[in-house]
Amino acid sequence: MFDWKWDFAFEILPRLGWATLNTLMAAGGGYAIAIVLGLVLALAQRTPLRLLTFVVREFVEFIRSTPLVLQIFFVFYVAPQFGIRLSPWTSGMIAIGLHYAAYLSEVYRGGIESVPKGQWEACRSLSMSTRDTYVRVIIPQALPPALAGMGNYLVGIFKDTPMLSVIGVAELMHAANAIGSEHYRFLEPYTLVGLIFLAISLPSAALIRVFETWVRKKLGLS
Amino acid sequence: MEDLSQFPLELDGADRPMVSFRKVTKRYGSLTVLDNLDLDVAEGEMVSIIGPSGSGKTTVLRMLMLERIQGGVIYVDGQPLTHEVRDGALVPASERYLRRAREPIGMCFQHFNLFPHMTALQNCMEGPVQVLGLSRQEARARSEELLDMVGLIDKKDQHPSRLSGGQQQRVAIARALAMRPKVMLLDEVTSALDPEVIGEVTEVIRKLVREHRLTIMMVTHQMGFAADISDRVCFFYGGRIEEQGPPSELFGNPQKDRTRQFLSAVKSAD
Repeated sequence: MFDWKWDFAFEILPRLGWATLNTLMAAGGGYAIAIVLGLVLALAQRTPLRLLTFVVREFVEFIRSTPLVLQIFFVFYVAPQFGIRLSPWTSGMIAIGLHYAAYLSEVYRGGIESVPKGQWEACRSLSMSTRDTYVRVIIPQALPPALAGMGNYLVGIFKDTPMLSVIGVAELMHAANAIGSEHYRFLEPYTLVGLIFLAISLPSAALIRVFETWVRKKLGLS
Repeated sequence: MEDLSQFPLELDGADRPMVSFRKVTKRYGSLTVLDNLDLDVAEGEMVSIIGPSGSGKTTVLRMLMLERIQGGVIYVDGQPLTHEVRDGALVPASERYLRRAREPIGMCFQHFNLFPHMTALQNCMEGPVQVLGLSRQEARARSEELLDMVGLIDKKDQHPSRLSGGQQQRVAIARALAMRPKVMLLDEVTSALDPEVIGEVTEVIRKLVREHRLTIMMVTHQMGFAADISDRVCFFYGGRIEEQGPPSELFGNPQKDRTRQFLSAVKSAD
């Protein structure tokens, strides 16, 4: 039935292993950008400055309504026309980080909105500054309900890294394609890539749930 | 535009009120909740505010702490709260000014609003450390003393979720007191409590009135309690004070029809 060759599979495994590291780095780097930038985008939408709120809101909508591949191409091929020349790695991380920042900002927004109004009023009654209100009271409570969504997008960003292969980032998909065209065999590399993704995604999802419970407990919320 | 020059830049004199509402109007959209309200509360006075729902009684407290007004000026301890003095005239207060001007005011809420991710002690220390800039040591000493006063020193390391409603409200009172307020606002602090724990909260409030020279404004549905401890009771109706006076007079011999109707309705519901 299958024309599966174990020796070939074992032969290419180390190469895919290295590419997995690259994939994890791309996902990790992109996610780090997304986590920070997403918070900035979420908070910017809560300022009393109407224009800023409007611009950021539209920006988030724009990012969420256009394909990630297009955004990757844009950062890599169009930015140089404006004199911004970035390596595939840098452009890839920026594009994917930006994309997921837009999604994460919505997750944060939901988390912040889930904090009862009374908490804001309590901060006010203690004359706390806006900064202290967010850092000490609102964000710690917005975090647990946001964690599930944040976890989903962590797995999501990991699964989207193959798109970076289109601009030549040497992640898993890129490596599998290269192996395939060198040896004219695609079954083993693609199957292995699928298994590797599965082997990382599934435990991650479980770990995130454990982490969520741990954070809740740590904050005394459960 | 309202003419603000009719209002003084500050109130002085030894007999100046601790809290003073001057022609205060509050609207939500087209709904007028407070209509040209004048109300003075003397230092150390305990004023209870009663009235049917929608009469504006809670709004009176919220004006001091949480919301902006559309007309008039409020003074606290002689200084304007809702406005600040710029170039010798009153202008609407900036957020920054408001935050400072509200520092002498503490507030407790119907639903306690304790910070759920902090222990009772941390709840009390938060304001003194972050806002007043006290050292953790000082803040801890002050908070422990207050938790002791409300009878919860043995619960200081518990999170609010482990405390009963009555205990949470007592922590909330300690948290507000830790800021050393001159004015304390109590917004229906017993309304969300089970009947059997109301007593432990009212007992703490009685203690406050007895032992501290604190100016207190309390919105309440507990007429008996209000009658017991207030220096003055204000009956609100339709965004105005319909009638006010010492509890013995307001409860014992109300002058206005609406007051009588309200009091008899409350009594028959009890």
